[in-house]
Amino acid sequence: MVSSAEPNRTEPSRMSRLPPPQRKTPVRMTETMVEVKSKFEAEYRRFGLKRNGSGGFQEFYRLLQTIHHIHGVDLLLGYADIHGDLLPINNDENFHKAVSSANPLLRIIITKREGEPIVYGTNSLQRRRKGLSLTGLRPTGSGTINSKNKSSLLIGPPQNFRQISSIIDVDILPETHRRVRLHKHGTKKPLGFYIRDGVSVRVTPQGVEKVPGVFISRLVRGGLAESTGLLAVNDEILEVNGIDVAGKSLDQVTDMMVANSHNLIVTVKPANQRNNVVHRGSKNSMGNSGSVDSAGSTGSVLSHDSPSPASQSNPITASSIAEGDSEDDDDDGDIILENECLTVYNPQTANKRDSVNLNGELSRGGTHPSNMGRPLPQSVSLPGSIGASLGYSAHATSGHNGSLTRTASSSQDSIKEDGTELTL
Amino acid sequence: MKRFRRHGHESHRDRLKQELFQFSKTVEHGFPHQPSALGYSPSLHLLAIGTRSGAIKLYGAPGVEFMGLHDENAAVTQVHFMPHQVEMVTLLDDNSLHMWTLRAHKGLSELLEIGRFMLTGPPGAPPSVTRVTAVLAHSSGELLLLGTEGGHVFVVEVPGFRELEERNISLDQVSNSVPDDYIGRRNLEHVEALHENPTNPSQVVIGYGRGLMVIWDLEKQCAIQHIPATQQLESVCWTEDGSYILSSHSDGSYCRWRVGGQDETEEEEEEEEKSDIPYGHFPCKAITKIVQLPTTEGPPFLLFSGGMPRASYGDRHCITVIHRKIHVALDFTSRIIDFFVIRDGPEHTGDPSVLLVLVEEELVVVDLQTEGWPVIQTPYLVPLHSSAITCSQHVSAIPLKLWERIIAAGKLQNMHYSDKPWPIIGGKNLAPDPAQRDLLLTGHEDGTVRFWDASGVCLYPLYKLSTAPVFHTDADPNDNMNQSAEGEWPPFRKVGCFDPYSDDPRLGIQKIHLCKYSGYLTVAGTAGQILVLELNDESAEQTVEAKVVDLLQGQEGFRWKGHTQLDVREEPVQFPPGFQPFTLVQCQPPAVVTALSLHSEWKLVAFGTSHGFGLYDYQQKNTVLIKCTLNPSDQLALEGPLSRVKSIKKSLRQSFRRIRRSRVSLRKHHVNNPTKLQEANARLEAELAEMELAPVQRKIEARSSDDSFTGLVRTLYFADTFLSDSSHNTPSLWAGTNGGAVYAYMLRLPTVEHRADEPVTAQPAKEIQLMHRAPVVGVVVLDGHGAPLPEPLEVAHDLARSPDMHGSHNLVVISEEQFKVFTLPKVSSKMKLKLTAVDGSRVRRVGVAWFGSNRTEDYAESALVFLTNQGDVHVVSLPHVKMQVHYPCIRREDVSGIASCVFTKHGQGFYLISPSEFERFSLSTRFLVEPRCLVEAPLHLGSSNQHRAEPDGATSAHRTTQHREDAESAARCVMEHALLNDEQVLQEIQKSLEGDQMSFLENNVKKAVV
Repeated sequence: MVSSAEPNRTEPSRMSRLPPPQRKTPVRMTETMVEVKSKFEAEYRRFGLKRNGSGGFQEFYRLLQTIHHIHGVDLLLGYADIHGDLLPINNDENFHKAVSSANPLLRIIITKREGEPIVYGTNSLQRRRKGLSLTGLRPTGSGTINSKNKSSLLIGPPQNFRQISSIIDVDILPETHRRVRLHKHGTKKPLGFYIRDGVSVRVTPQGVEKVPGVFISRLVRGGLAESTGLLAVNDEILEVNGIDVAGKSLDQVTDMMVANSHNLIVTVKPANQRNNVVHRGSKNSMGNSGSVDSAGSTGSVLSHDSPSPASQSNPITASSIAEGDSEDDDDDGDIILENECLTVYNPQTANKRDSVNLNGELSRGGTHPSNMGRPLPQSVSLPGSIGASLGYSAHATSGHNGSLTRTASSSQDSIKEDGTELTL
Repeated sequence: MKRFRRHGHESHRDRLKQELFQFSKTVEHGFPHQPSALGYSPSLHLLAIGTRSGAIKLYGAPGVEFMGLHDENAAVTQVHFMPHQVEMVTLLDDNSLHMWTLRAHKGLSELLEIGRFMLTGPPGAPPSVTRVTAVLAHSSGELLLLGTEGGHVFVVEVPGFRELEERNISLDQVSNSVPDDYIGRRNLEHVEALHENPTNPSQVVIGYGRGLMVIWDLEKQCAIQHIPATQQLESVCWTEDGSYILSSHSDGSYCRWRVGGQDETEEEEEEEEKSDIPYGHFPCKAITKIVQLPTTEGPPFLLFSGGMPRASYGDRHCITVIHRKIHVALDFTSRIIDFFVIRDGPEHTGDPSVLLVLVEEELVVVDLQTEGWPVIQTPYLVPLHSSAITCSQHVSAIPLKLWERIIAAGKLQNMHYSDKPWPIIGGKNLAPDPAQRDLLLTGHEDGTVRFWDASGVCLYPLYKLSTAPVFHTDADPNDNMNQSAEGEWPPFRKVGCFDPYSDDPRLGIQKIHLCKYSGYLTVAGTAGQILVLELNDESAEQTVEAKVVDLLQGQEGFRWKGHTQLDVREEPVQFPPGFQPFTLVQCQPPAVVTALSLHSEWKLVAFGTSHGFGLYDYQQKNTVLIKCTLNPSDQLALEGPLSRVKSIKKSLRQSFRRIRRSRVSLRKHHVNNPTKLQEANARLEAELAEMELAPVQRKIEARSSDDSFTGLVRTLYFADTFLSDSSHNTPSLWAGTNGGAVYAYMLRLPTVEHRADEPVTAQPAKEIQLMHRAPVVGVVVLDGHGAPLPEPLEVAHDLARSPDMHGSHNLVVISEEQFKVFTLPKVSSKMKLKLTAVDGSRVRRVGVAWFGSNRTEDYAESALVFLTNQGDVHVVSLPHVKMQVHYPCIRREDVSGIASCVFTKHGQGFYLISPSEFERFSLSTRFLVEPRCLVEAPLHLGSSNQHRAEPDGATSAHRTTQHREDAESAARCVMEHALLNDEQVLQEIQKSLEGDQMSFLENNVKKAVV
């Protein structure tokens, strides 16, 4: 329905928080089998796959290895989606997505994992459109901007994918408001915006009323806020992580935002109301209104081109507050260094339990009396980049609410610190 | 069912909360900020001070204090007690008059405003006609005479504020009778002074600004005598016997005029009209107030303020006291507001005994009956800010032994004070004796630490410690202003202790930690100096060894651009009895010490600056540990407080502006200059517009490790807890930084026998980097019961339950943004309470407090109390870190107030409401220090009745009917409350009824009189 619901450039919409594919009612396909055509170098294989099969990505990976007889080679899987884009398959989620969106054929492209990472791109397959005869798969009219866009946009390797922003709670908010989530973790990009005091005009039964409000005053070039295109100068800030800012001073709002900066959810009333998300109509003219996009960010251009089926039927049930809670443990990711061994708490929700177990083991190990007298490792605080990259890689391979996959762990090297092996 | 139980539990908790917590602001300690008026009631023995912010404060015997606040935010310009009554009249800057009374309620007196009044002139008259410049509370207690800028005197009946128009003394009436030869008769100007004849209440003297004084008969409504002074009048005083009037003038002269001289011979009159410029020859400043008081034998006392030679001593604030051959110019350090003299005798007509002077920054009381006129130590209204307060610490429940030793040391310092008991003795202090001895320690800019008795309502100074003698300072100690050369004229004598000028800002005290059990004290200052002191009852001469500690630990490429470290005196220094320093640590770079902790049991002191922290063993006098917390990219922390330069410049500019503005507004009696006023307004508006043009912006950015001052150490904490495993507890040191890092070190202490020779070691044990990177402002370890660990030596002295060492300990890390509980020994997050993310406020000050239930003696719990940058105080339960209660406490704009807040161990707190005043507040239902006092109306009705007019019969007749009515209503009330069946309650009811009845009665009486 809404094209801009998943508007980040750096992130394929399929990787976003999605409902399990089961939720999506098959529109045309009633068969239970999916036709798969996989290609490795010059070889093609065709086989069938159960649409609602319980198998995960790992199974599929092994299956492909068997079918193509390429054991012992690190593989990267990709598939062509309905728009003809080459997208990665590297976890359960995007695997299910690939299977469920196969229409009718699922094209798999297998490449060796080599030094040079494969470049995924939105129109990477378009150039080969003819040969692959994908034209039929493309919904007409939706890719106009995209096809005009001559240069292919490069998308980094899959481990670099992470969500940086999203619009949430579209169904529960009034049309005039927008709830934007900015994910700061793992990025070195500054949040990059400023807020100011201002006067907001409210329409009340008593008439027009002027009340003090907080507004975005400036976006830093190259900052997270600017790059999402979801926030613009003069947008009024209504809520921060689900808490109403009415009656709060500028400093209070600043502190609230900074305190929530790792997972900031701001509800704004955009100054430019023409870009609003309309959540009832089946289509909107969003894609064509790119010219009036006040944010003027290139990111939004991309977001317009693909009406994402993902966001279309995404019944976001969690309110932003619940969201905040689920994300709450994120900032439990304090880095704790114990003297027995340099233990790193990964700042990841998914990892939390693991690290706790891990820690348990470690401290058990640490109780050896020999450990006590041992010269202690100089406790140098972890450079931010290490912590960041840890969280980062894990995030890339885990879905938003998915658990860690084995690929990730096998592909990402185990971390050895102080003689103790840590497995993420 | 489950829901029910849950509900039941919650309501139980709610009830418990009510039993444990309540918020009230109880007392204001210290000296009122910007006093503007002084009043004294000889009959009530009460002193009243009005301030520029519209507050009115009454003080009697120590512990008897009342405070009121005018609704108008205008300065109190005059305070007058109604003679022989409990009423008081205040005049504000906005020309409004207010009537206050002390009313008994439930056995305690309350200060209440019972009426307000504004003079209304005839329609069309300029406002100056009714602008009150002089007030006389007539001795009858029924009349108020109001002199105005227009030169009129209005007569108003009180307490009802009814204008008695027919008795007004208009300017025309007066000027018609002025002798023709008086040069200023065309314009007498405003009424400067109103004074009643002490022997004849129907006569008043009206002093006009131009100099003319008129003695007016209130009964006959006519002028009796004109006193043709020609100098601008400043004040008038009628001598006790009613035969002379003294007038003081703007040229520094005073004159004595004979009253009722008509029947005397001409020559005699000439002789009596004596004029004198006491500090004459060269032009002098005005004598603003003059008083002459007789003594039973011998010559009178003459006291006057001002009159100094303009050129040479124009900047001095002096009160001259002349008696017999003694002539002293008391030289104060701040502007004189007002003064009065207390006299001996039951009727307050005896010899002058005490001179009370209210100056801008303190109250000075001079004993006039003891040789040398020594100063009396004030039990309250002590200027806390005699040097600016830089930090404070509160220590609860001081052991008696230490208390006595501190008092003994303090007594030796106060030898120069007079032994005379405190002369202001009004009211009865009904507050129970304090349950414990509490000390408040304040650190000051000049390197002193003052010890205050904070147990009760009066914050009484006990002892003063100076750290300056340890160092060489720029100022030579012999360069003292006190020495006055023999034969100096005027004969100055320095009085008062307000001395805001610091010799060396590096001496400023930043952190204080006193161990009440061992008597060890550690103080740390602005130039990275840490002193450990020991209480010694004898004076001693010793050399203080300095140990320099390099906190940079090899961090290179930086240059400290701040102040240099203090030079230590290498020769032995004589220290008086009291706290004597025995060891000194100097941090390098010499940055401000930002955290300090003393563990007297382990004999260790930990200190931190913006560069790192260190641990010092003061028994062996060596450094145990140094840790640099600096972030290499943090230039600012290294270079010192350079960023301040800008702000100083800015603040200087602002203060100049303020001065200029206040000069405009302070000009006496407002020169009506509309153009100037407009100019000022325009300037102000322009300033405002300028502010609006540049909108305030705030950057939204996650904190990173690169931010400035992330290495600044905010808190240091010693704990005996489980650091490595859950079966062995070890001593530990915890440090929290501005960048959200917590460092824990395991300490190894030698056994007691080997404490002196085996080294203390510290090993890094843990490091926590909080994800949200907010400054860590507190670290607390909870024992197995969830109670905070006791203070060092507390258990050894049998004053605290020993901590539970069997259950698992928990670590509470308090950052500016959240409270987080971690398990120990393995640090993992257990619980947390978010503050900033939820309401945008940040923790500014935090303390651990113990709250007892007011219902049952045996129930109590520990909690965290904290103050946010929004000025709210919150209580958070332990160990579950759940928000309990919160109350607004300080205005959020009052940054210095918020920064100055300290919490006591029993749920009270102090914060500065001005540089000179601490507000005391309480969160506890059980521990509450507040004034509870009673002031009874003086039984001295004889003299006032004497002056009461004839219609006494009418009064009494009225009184009887009044009585009947009151009796009826009283009976009704008694019936209503009979159910209570409580004698005490009934008595209280009756008492309060009587109180009402009294004032009501008086009201009616006056109506009847008219």
